Amino acid sequence: MAAPDPNVRTRPLSPHLDVYKWQVQMLTSILHRATGIALVAGMLGLVWGLVALAGGEKSWATFATCATSLLGKLVLLGFSWALAYHLINGVRHLVQDAGHGYAIPDFVRSSWISIIGSVVLLVVVWAIVLLRGGAA
Amino acid sequence: MSTHGKDLRTPLKRAIGLGSAKDGTGHFMLQRITAIALLLAGAWLIGLLLSLNSTDYVFVRATVADPLNATVLVAFLIAACWHAKLGLQVVIEDYVHAPLLAGTAHLANIFACALLAIAGVFAVLRIALGA
Repeated sequence: MAAPDPNVRTRPLSPHLDVYKWQVQMLTSILHRATGIALVAGMLGLVWGLVALAGGEKSWATFATCATSLLGKLVLLGFSWALAYHLINGVRHLVQDAGHGYAIPDFVRSSWISIIGSVVLLVVVWAIVLLRGGAA
Repeated sequence: MSTHGKDLRTPLKRAIGLGSAKDGTGHFMLQRITAIALLLAGAWLIGLLLSLNSTDYVFVRATVADPLNATVLVAFLIAACWHAKLGLQVVIEDYVHAPLLAGTAHLANIFACALLAIAGVFAVLRIALGA
């Protein structure tokens, strides 16, 4: 690439993130990618659990101790929210792929459904777990 | 395009071979197919996880060893790792532009997701077949 010519007028740049007014659709889009990456880490945990279970009683006990510790529970909480969000917003994307919900009010509404729905699903799942008195 | 001023080839001729890798639709379709598979298998597994109210070794092992549960788990593991590979691939394509680093990242992504799937499926098989 040649050095920029100082006599050439400055060309307009395409707008980037910081010039846009904040919109909820930005958050749903960013969160979908972020939770997707987080879920890969969650998959590592799931496979760790399965390998530990296959390995025998001792390795399973180590995994169960880690998973039910305070840190483990915090990770499980984060993992379950990421899964809930990616699941609901994934369904939203499938609906959009089928060509529905592209009018701006629909788009904004479905964004909020993804965000609020993920929290509702998280609370319901953890309420069931805690009410049943399960350690997991 | 002044750089092509003396080039007698047509614009089409110059563009051919420089465009898509010709598998974009396959990526798109597989991302959706694995997503739907994960939706079905995931719903089953969430129900299964909610029904587990103990981390007792024998109990959890018996649950995973159940043929139906083991089948759904294997399906979930394959779909999840495939879906993850496709998703991470797009992230790498979006953010990593240095050719060597991008190539290494793509290779690492493929290997890591494949290994994760194999390790998970192998563990379920060991449990289900009682080895």
